[in-house]
Amino acid sequence: MSRALIESRTFNLPVKNIDTDQIIPAHFLTMTGREGLDRACFFAWRFNEDGSDKADNPLRNHDRARQQVLVTGENFGCGSSREHAPWALLDYGFRAVISSRFADIFRGNALKNGLLPITVDEAVANWLLDNPDTVVAIDIENRSLKVRGYGRFDFPMDPFSAYCLVRGIDPLDFILQGADDIRRYEESHGK
Amino acid sequence: MSEPSTLFEKIWQRHVVRPETDETPAVLYVDLQLLHEVTSPQAFSELERRGLALRRPDRHLATIDHSTPTTPADKHGEYDWTTAQARIQVETLYENCEKHGIELHGWDSPNRGIVHVMGPEMGATQPGMTIVCGDSHTATHGAFGALAFGIGTTEVGHVLASQCLLQSKPKTLGIRVEGDLEPGVTPKDVILHIIGRIGVGGGTGSVIEYFGSTFRAMDMAGRMTVCNMSIECGARAGLIAPDETTFSYLQDRPKAPSGANWDAAVADWRTLKTDPGAEFDRLVEIDAAGIEPSVTWGIHPGMVMGVGGSVPDGEPDALGYMQLQAGSPLAGESVDVVFIGSCTNSRLSDLRAAAAVFRGRQVADGTRALVVPGSGLTKRQAEAEGLDEIFRAAGAEWREPGCSMCLGMNGDIAQPGELVVSTSNRNFKGRQGPGVRTVLASPLTAAASAVTGRVTDPRELPEVTP
Ligand code: SF4
Repeated sequence: MSRALIESRTFNLPVKNIDTDQIIPAHFLTMTGREGLDRACFFAWRFNEDGSDKADNPLRNHDRARQQVLVTGENFGCGSSREHAPWALLDYGFRAVISSRFADIFRGNALKNGLLPITVDEAVANWLLDNPDTVVAIDIENRSLKVRGYGRFDFPMDPFSAYCLVRGIDPLDFILQGADDIRRYEESHGK
Repeated sequence: MSEPSTLFEKIWQRHVVRPETDETPAVLYVDLQLLHEVTSPQAFSELERRGLALRRPDRHLATIDHSTPTTPADKHGEYDWTTAQARIQVETLYENCEKHGIELHGWDSPNRGIVHVMGPEMGATQPGMTIVCGDSHTATHGAFGALAFGIGTTEVGHVLASQCLLQSKPKTLGIRVEGDLEPGVTPKDVILHIIGRIGVGGGTGSVIEYFGSTFRAMDMAGRMTVCNMSIECGARAGLIAPDETTFSYLQDRPKAPSGANWDAAVADWRTLKTDPGAEFDRLVEIDAAGIEPSVTWGIHPGMVMGVGGSVPDGEPDALGYMQLQAGSPLAGESVDVVFIGSCTNSRLSDLRAAAAVFRGRQVADGTRALVVPGSGLTKRQAEAEGLDEIFRAAGAEWREPGCSMCLGMNGDIAQPGELVVSTSNRNFKGRQGPGVRTVLASPLTAAASAVTGRVTDPRELPEVTP
């Protein structure tokens, strides 16, 4: 499936500086697999310590099937560099996050794992935060974001991430497409 | 004649499987991947999820070091795990290595140790190689003239599946240090001084080559200490060109080439140096005579001062956390814990330096000293020289090999507010336990601080009453 185009409704978490500890608490880091990340995602916001549902869970009205694009306050993904953060968001069902600013390492980790971080101007972010459940269309090839009822905006992305996302592959697929090159290299270098 | 090139360029060129394009990074061949329990499990599960085989088990080497207790097993062979999960991580690595045919140095291996101590000791780290590990201090192996990158778990998976790594070509930074080190000044002081000088972002996006007479004069342990901390100024890797010191260290190690292969290897390794006339993107020059025993006073490894100096001003957050006053000396601050260990400073020469201070002296009342050798081999060598006896007689704890209090993952931590003089590499807030204040230092400075109970310039030690 090509991920070149994402059409979805947005879901808002109007909070600034959401750090990776909020996205996935540190005690999940000793996990040895990637299962159960869906539950770990925003764990402390969704669940009490005894595992029961939190009454004031800000994600309780989230329609996971229809709202696959998360909109948040600035500086999303700050804090520890854990790759578990994008894993958890993906497992939970998000495909893209829109914010006026992302922490660098989170941005890199997200792109490596096929979660799309979309940086927009503050005005666009604020409009989206004021208008929950908006239909957006993300065109990765042209790096453009269409917000229904508001307008079309360009967003930046490094060339290799775009290369992978447009083709619906991830970096490992890209390496493995060159399996013949690897074999030839091993033969010619005696490895 | 070909263009003069840098050591980095030569190693890079030898490993390009597919060159970089405008859209895609270079695909580099990886000669050796080192594995440990913490950053590998999800990489293995991803391999399984995709139904992929491990491409080259023979190019992997694994150990357990981060979550492992540094106290010996009890009489039933049980270890004092800090959490059940730590034990599961270790067991998972055992299972993954078994399943994929990877050589693992677990509990029963005499070589087991911190991944960056064990690899070189086994002769697995060799000049001209590309080496990766899911650990930011992988640059350590650059001391042998190997291009060694710390990578994330996703990339660990890439290497398991393909033996390749994606990299955009880094810039080069040459750091030249010339001259003899003053007595009491060690390789750790050199690298702390460098990071203090160029800053925590000073090497960002670059591969550093360290060169000059100061590095030439260092033994391999000293060169590893220097390369180890390259990441602390943001560099992707650190390198030192191999020479006779490198070759004699490697000769007869279990994984080093032998016989006719050895001679051929050495002949090749001699070509691994920066050609005269080759240029670095940037060059920094430092006079060794200006380097003092150095320590950190703040909350990142770039906050460095001479141990005899006064704490600088202008970083209220750091000063507040460290409970220090700008303009006051750091020397003389009361020390709760001294940690001698980590992949920066847990090799035999580090332990010898510390033992020279502890010999005939006592760890001060109210101070706790922990000495943790980097590997099983180092531990045995130290014990054969009687160093363990010196540590014990001084009142220091002599532990089993592992990362220990470098990051406290195995439960070796200090208490909130305590001041730790540590030979490790990171002094971030909470690294050695919540609220713990870390001062990074050389083994000499750390040992001197242990016997006085205060942050101490090792050069003052002869006058200190034991
Ligand atoms: S000793 Fe510290 S820095 Fe080195 S590998 Fe272990 S945890 Fe990492």
